Amino acid sequence: MERIEILRMKSPFRDDFVIQGFHFGGKEKTVAIVGPMRGDEAQQLFVASQVIKNLMILEQQGHISDKLGILVIPTVNNFSLNVHKRFWSMDNTDINRMFPGYDQGETTQRVAAALFEAVKGYAYGVQLASYYMSGNFTPHVRVMRTGYEDVAAAEAFGLPYVCLYEPAPFDTVVLNYNWQIFGTSAYSIYSGSTDVLSHDMAKLSWQAVMRFLNSLKAISAPLHPGSRSLVFEAGELQTVASQEAGILYNRVSVGQSVRKGDLLATVLDPFTGEQLQNINSPADGVVFFEHTKPLIHQHSRAFQILPFHS
Amino acid sequence: MDSLVKTVVSEKLPVSEELLIKKLVVGSGNGPRVCIITGIHGDELEGQYVCFEMARRLRAQPDAVKGTVEIWPAINPLGVDSVCRGIPTFDLDMNRIFPGSYDGHMVERVANQVVDDLAGADMVVDIHSSNVFLYEMPQARVSEMTAEKLMPYAKLLNLDFIWVHEAATVLQSTIAHSLNSIGTPTIVVEMGIGMRITQEYGDRLVAGLFNMLTKMGVWTAPPDSSPLSTPLLSTDGEVTMINSPFSGVVVNPAPHSSWVKKGDLLSQVVSPLTGEVLADVTSPVDGLLFTQRGYPVVYEGSLIARIFSPKQ
Repeated sequence: MERIEILRMKSPFRDDFVIQGFHFGGKEKTVAIVGPMRGDEAQQLFVASQVIKNLMILEQQGHISDKLGILVIPTVNNFSLNVHKRFWSMDNTDINRMFPGYDQGETTQRVAAALFEAVKGYAYGVQLASYYMSGNFTPHVRVMRTGYEDVAAAEAFGLPYVCLYEPAPFDTVVLNYNWQIFGTSAYSIYSGSTDVLSHDMAKLSWQAVMRFLNSLKAISAPLHPGSRSLVFEAGELQTVASQEAGILYNRVSVGQSVRKGDLLATVLDPFTGEQLQNINSPADGVVFFEHTKPLIHQHSRAFQILPFHS
Repeated sequence: MDSLVKTVVSEKLPVSEELLIKKLVVGSGNGPRVCIITGIHGDELEGQYVCFEMARRLRAQPDAVKGTVEIWPAINPLGVDSVCRGIPTFDLDMNRIFPGSYDGHMVERVANQVVDDLAGADMVVDIHSSNVFLYEMPQARVSEMTAEKLMPYAKLLNLDFIWVHEAATVLQSTIAHSLNSIGTPTIVVEMGIGMRITQEYGDRLVAGLFNMLTKMGVWTAPPDSSPLSTPLLSTDGEVTMINSPFSGVVVNPAPHSSWVKKGDLLSQVVSPLTGEVLADVTSPVDGLLFTQRGYPVVYEGSLIARIFSPKQ
């Protein structure tokens, strides 16, 4: 393993800002794995650290390819992680809205440029990502449809779900879009939670990454083959919104199978505790996303249900 | 009725409160409809003074309005009211979620209701104040795609500069793009700095807005006789960005809105710990200093200034 310094930048009052990478294996640019770009992605940091830990063990055992290379960047933004801010600690800009970056531009454009320079040219790119809305997802692989996507390879993660989605305008400046445009097959791994550790979902996620590396022969490890992935379009998810605002009392968790009409949650009056709304499942399916904050606004996304395919 | 406060959006918040987006409507409805909107970014307050002055003057002479003028002080009321640039609790930049979706999440639904209500207006002016870091001369920003249609109106607004920018895909999520793309002309005004009100700039824009209303036939009272500014056009020159070469603290800024020569000192980046001057930031071009760093702490890459150089 070789520890690489990808970017070092002086800060006005803090320690130096440093992006570190951990390189394993040979010189071929095979897989780059990028951990948190945002300061609340503790779960994603945990997943990245477990990937590095397992690669270090495999390296000691001689189970890493001496030809294919793996680069893991455990985080791009330790500054925000250390002060519990989601975005860049100084100006609140989002590094994952700055790609492909600009090395003569603003600070986070420079950070994005340094990162992109380090990870471009790899055959495969994996981002440990979080959603813009707070809540838990069933662990899954997300693939952006850019015309360059490689959906078949996404199934090699062995996660139960692969979600395909069309890019929105803001997606043109995120890492995965630019990875694909520059010739890398890019995937986002959603590992359940964001700012709290969900041990089981983290394990599913780092095992999926190891399985993917195994499938490429970048490592050779005895691993469970994982699940046969259900590939679906994001548009198939059925959103269940709150019609009332108040305390959200959840009755189900992500990954749970539900039947049409099953009670998913109750919205309670915050003063009297009375029931304002029962939130029921619109279909037979699996709970794919759940709002986890205890208070909920009116017309907010409480759940997303992935209907069972007939 | 000559003026009326209307609630455009009402969404329940969890604990005994509603998110309310309100507008003042002045006029008869018989004639063009012009909307002055601001407060999409909760930390940009320059538009608050403009809204106040517009509302005050319009309500003093409602009979002079032939058509309708709407004043929207806070598109993001939770943000403006809690010193938060984005939408509190969602940590989202509201100006990246338009046109929204009525069936989407609450913030997307709110965005969609705002666009729906503004749709069909004859002119929308969306007032911003850069952010808390940068101080801007009064300027309009229009995309290349809308420049031909919007430039004649932007020139009426008593501004110093009109910046015609490239049509970046990411900006398709702004309210201005969303409205322009459905045929509702929308001009973005940037002036001053976040978290402050620069009253002089506000007075200038108010005069410009009344000038535009007069030219559109919406305001029929005798025009103000004070002279109006003729803006420089970015298409007649080039904009140069100057980024900080070091992290530190910015001191000794050149006078804002001044004309500088190549080599002139724009500011210094210093270290408060060691007393060193880390960098003299000098102008690479001759031109007008129309954007300047207002917040002193900088990282490598932080924007220090923008300079407009007219063609020779």
